[in-house]
Amino acid sequence: MSETISLILISIGILFDLLGCLGLLRFPDVYNRLQSATKCVTLGTWCILLGVFVRFGFTEIGLKALISIPLLFLASTVAAHSLARAAYHYGFPMWKKSVADDYRQQVQKEEKIATNIEKHAGS
Amino acid sequence: MSPLINFFLYALIAMCFICLYRVIKGPTIADRMVGIDILGILVVGITAIIAMKTNRMFILDIGIAWIILSFIGTLTLAKYLGRNKLNE
Repeated sequence: MSETISLILISIGILFDLLGCLGLLRFPDVYNRLQSATKCVTLGTWCILLGVFVRFGFTEIGLKALISIPLLFLASTVAAHSLARAAYHYGFPMWKKSVADDYRQQVQKEEKIATNIEKHAGS
Repeated sequence: MSPLINFFLYALIAMCFICLYRVIKGPTIADRMVGIDILGILVVGITAIIAMKTNRMFILDIGIAWIILSFIGTLTLAKYLGRNKLNE
């Protein structure tokens, strides 16, 4: 019974991994690629590790798979966020058919605040 | 059960080659960094499948170490890329 559940979980994980890698291959833009690949591949690997845990239970392999899950979540999401922010600040262009860019207003507001602070500090 | 596990392993290795294609072909440097990051996450899945196939527990240690090294590497490259604005 546990073997069947674990095989189903690993199959779902492989499917999510495949969709994420297709997004990495086919999307036109670095931001689209980052968004598709990071979310899908993280969820897929989470499902694989959960399947290994269900298969082995509370033994050594199962507990190591269980420990890897929160580590993977924290590490991959923080890395993807910092990578997207660095790419935006470096100035890589968006896809030419993109329709929304809400982060630009925030960046302009922060720059205006920074210039105001410098002006008051100089006077 | 065993041929299905072998199929999962080959599918994950094929996805790693998709990531390597993006690393080699990627138009900008950020695309290459995304490819390296995703490759690091996929390898953790490969180590989990191999540990399940061979019943050896030390292979998952390689996966945990790979997560941490990939995290530090991606943060360092992001710091290098955005060095003009991230000057703390």
